[in-house]
Amino acid sequence: MHNRPARVHPYIPNSVPAVRAAMLAAVGAADVEEFYADIPEHLRLRRDLDLPPPLTAEHELVRHMEGLLNGNRSTRETLSFLGAGCYQHAVPAVCDEVNSRSEFLTAYAGEPYEDHGRFQALWEYASMMGELLELDVVNVPTYDGFQASATALRMAARYTGRRRVLLAGAVNPDKRSKILDYCAPDLDVEVVPYDPATGGVDVAAVRDAIGPDVAAIYHDTPSYLGVIETAGAELAELAHGAGALAVVGTEPNMLGVVASPARQGADIVCGDIQSLGMHQQFGGGHAGFIASRDEERLVMEYPSRLFGIAPTSVEGEYGFGDVAYERTSFALREEGKEWVGTAAALWGITAGVYLALMGPQGMTELGEGIMARTRYAMERLAAVPGVRIPFRERPHYREFAVDLSGTRRPVAEIQRAMLDRDIHLGVDLSRAHPELGAAVLVCVTEVHAQADIDRLASTLAEVLA
Amino acid sequence: MSGPTHDGPRERVSHRGSGHGLGEDRHGPRPIGPKPMPRRFHQASWDEPVIFELSQPGARGILPPAVEPGVREAIGNPADELPVGLRRQRPPALPELAQLHVLRHYLRLSQENLGVDLNVDVGQGTCTMKYSPKVNDQLIRSHRLTGLHPLQDESTVQGVLEIMWRLEQMLREISGMDRVTLQPGAGSAAIYTNVAMIRAYHAARGEADQRDEVITTIFSHPSNGACAKVAGYRVITLYPDADGYPDFEALKAAVSHRTAALLITNPEDTGIYNPRIDEFVRVVHEAGGLACYDQANANGILGITRAREAGFDLCHFNLHKTFSTPHACGGPAAGACGVTEALARFLPSPTVERAPDGRVYLDHDRPDSIGKIRPWYGVVPNLVRAYAWIMSLGAEGLREVAETAVLNNNYLMKRILEIPGASAPYATGRRRVEQVRYSWQRLTEDTGIHSEEIGNRAADFGTHYWMSHHPYVVPEPFTLEPTESYSMADLDEYAAILREVAREAYEEPEVVRTAPHRSTVHRTDHEPLDDPAQWAVTWRAYRRKILGIAPGS
Repeated sequence: MHNRPARVHPYIPNSVPAVRAAMLAAVGAADVEEFYADIPEHLRLRRDLDLPPPLTAEHELVRHMEGLLNGNRSTRETLSFLGAGCYQHAVPAVCDEVNSRSEFLTAYAGEPYEDHGRFQALWEYASMMGELLELDVVNVPTYDGFQASATALRMAARYTGRRRVLLAGAVNPDKRSKILDYCAPDLDVEVVPYDPATGGVDVAAVRDAIGPDVAAIYHDTPSYLGVIETAGAELAELAHGAGALAVVGTEPNMLGVVASPARQGADIVCGDIQSLGMHQQFGGGHAGFIASRDEERLVMEYPSRLFGIAPTSVEGEYGFGDVAYERTSFALREEGKEWVGTAAALWGITAGVYLALMGPQGMTELGEGIMARTRYAMERLAAVPGVRIPFRERPHYREFAVDLSGTRRPVAEIQRAMLDRDIHLGVDLSRAHPELGAAVLVCVTEVHAQADIDRLASTLAEVLA
Repeated sequence: MSGPTHDGPRERVSHRGSGHGLGEDRHGPRPIGPKPMPRRFHQASWDEPVIFELSQPGARGILPPAVEPGVREAIGNPADELPVGLRRQRPPALPELAQLHVLRHYLRLSQENLGVDLNVDVGQGTCTMKYSPKVNDQLIRSHRLTGLHPLQDESTVQGVLEIMWRLEQMLREISGMDRVTLQPGAGSAAIYTNVAMIRAYHAARGEADQRDEVITTIFSHPSNGACAKVAGYRVITLYPDADGYPDFEALKAAVSHRTAALLITNPEDTGIYNPRIDEFVRVVHEAGGLACYDQANANGILGITRAREAGFDLCHFNLHKTFSTPHACGGPAAGACGVTEALARFLPSPTVERAPDGRVYLDHDRPDSIGKIRPWYGVVPNLVRAYAWIMSLGAEGLREVAETAVLNNNYLMKRILEIPGASAPYATGRRRVEQVRYSWQRLTEDTGIHSEEIGNRAADFGTHYWMSHHPYVVPEPFTLEPTESYSMADLDEYAAILREVAREAYEEPEVVRTAPHRSTVHRTDHEPLDDPAQWAVTWRAYRRKILGIAPGS
């Protein structure tokens, strides 16, 4: 017989002995063991699980957890220029306030009549993303930007009835790994490397690779190396000329200043919304968006939930519900489009709050400010002896490559020396992009003041001296 | 619309309308009468406009840091140097609101939402709606978690890596499996991760092409079939036999040299434990396939029985179900996949490892790995919450969770089956584990009221009600799962609500048919949502298609 806890646990009201006895009596059971009578003896675990002794008092748990968390050094205690897919942006207090609300935080996939608020908040999120992207259809968020890109490519393949897709330009290597795995059974993914002269998509190589069997041309703007793609319109034309779709991954928080890829002819635009009000959370704050024009055949290829607005029986009242639910795996199991399930709705609500706070002026100022700081940092670092900035003349957003080969010092050693001075220099690119030499990817956002960037440059100069 | 009688129990409240107006009763103190059951509820209903309608041109909700003059002097405004066509011509048509007004709008919307914290949330069966401790929410808001970048030097993130490593060890013990990955973002992503590993396993043995079929059951989550299909498999679905168990004879007929895996839940959505589960596993193994256990909901069997003892090769947990992390309106969630040693080399990268010197590190050097399932390492805040939840309970506590969840379920089943018109198909008279798929078939035959309408009316009593996954193998289904979080009184209240709605269905069906009456909104016209000419997924689509206003005007 196993031991029962000595004290009633605060999370388990019916473990009060008298209640338990009363409930057992009500159902005519002598012991809870009766409920497990269907489990054969040889499948039973007849010992206690081997787990650490519990910290049932909340205070003890807090001390234990804080002890562990104190083993971390936050980017708020240092100066971080790390990006590469997870970004340090300012998170408005109202974003945290709203996504901490019990009503949103603890609800599940409710129905429109008791969870109207969630439907409206997510519909408004999609609506604000639609304004940013200049597109009429935006999904309820999928897991993350990787998933959004992979699904967008599968959508394009279903839409065109073709299976070859071109992955052009510098794509985050982890994202590429996800796309390759996810698309493998049904798509042939062909990587078209970036143009080493510009850092952007190699349009000539794409032109050589395209054919009537291609479902989509995919590229990211900004690219993994921070380069804003200037050939978007040309790539869309190439795709359309071959009967393919132009699929573009983008960073929504630059769209106050950079035109939406839709303006360049993109058919499906996708990406991650972590930059719109989510903390870094050690990489745990991601959610993905997929957006397109409102064409029935394309809409029917979305696996995600799409929410729509509709009238109710009361004049002037807004109702919400699922649009074209019959395409989903909820309705059709494996005959639906890919699958849908719990993904990242609360981050969608949060991104909506973020966009509502920022408004048109905020997004414009944010984008311009990040572009300015990025350029400023590029120029400051370019002036450090031994440092080269590849593709320096190209427009960049938030990130740029820094080639340290000229210093003849290993990247790891320079990073370590910078960390000793409380600076996370950037992400080592030497494995993903050996052609850039001993390079790092440096990320600058609105959280970096001029003085922070100056400190980065002067400290790097000091370390390299 | 809702006439006075539609307000249900209100008129039956004895202490109201006693005939004594205030001041008339001069005969001493008047006790406040008892509360009616079920409670008088009305959902918050702010009649809130959509946020664009609240816009006040020029208003600001938050200001980003301004660019310093020194930066401007040094480099100008690089945005102006963008090629023509790449510079945004018109600012995005986002709403403009002062900070208070953004906050107030979203607080109103939040009030129009029922969280677990506010209701007896036993109506979303299969989803394990349990209490998510507030202390864990506080812990994950530490900037020593929120402010961590995933590529910081490992020496600066030993705390979070330690939590992840320990959580894996705990889930290994709870499942009996050899290794566990915490990377998948949710339950379906975990199913997909397992299927991707199954594919890699057979590919490594040169059998990828031959083994092109996956077998699942109709009472397993729809994502089992859907994920297998995405991964390139043909899906074979087993239906229940007369007793409600997945059909063993059908399984034997289905397995062959083409079988890649069996994806199966136990207990299934019916709440009936399949006692021959290890025989199912054996049959699949004998055909050279793998057996994968969907343990999205393991709440009723924590510490009771494990994937390992039943012979499974892979399993997965939903940390947002069994392990208490909040459901967040549909994510972020977290999934965890457990595998045997034979499959460990295929796990997503990186794995979390402990070095001989005690340091915890991420191992990216794994050539056979299926690669990345999502960015980085998982939904880290939920990993921290799940770890804290297990630490609060320990082995005895987890066992108490399971036993109480099962006790609650069987208690609720007794109460529900006392309601005229309700039944629990299959295995009549047998105990269930953590949930039950019920049926209103009898009530529908008697009254013409459908399960969906019962759900609409249940919303009027401040609760949540869900039918089941499609297809509705059980006619007029509803699925209740009471978990360990609810008290006996809570369960009595939920049963009382369904009893009241069932009574209405028999005695005043129009009340049910026209529900909801006390919700945030009234009956929504669903036709536009399925009509391509009318559906409007965004405000701009609504303006264009319904109001006839072109974007930008």
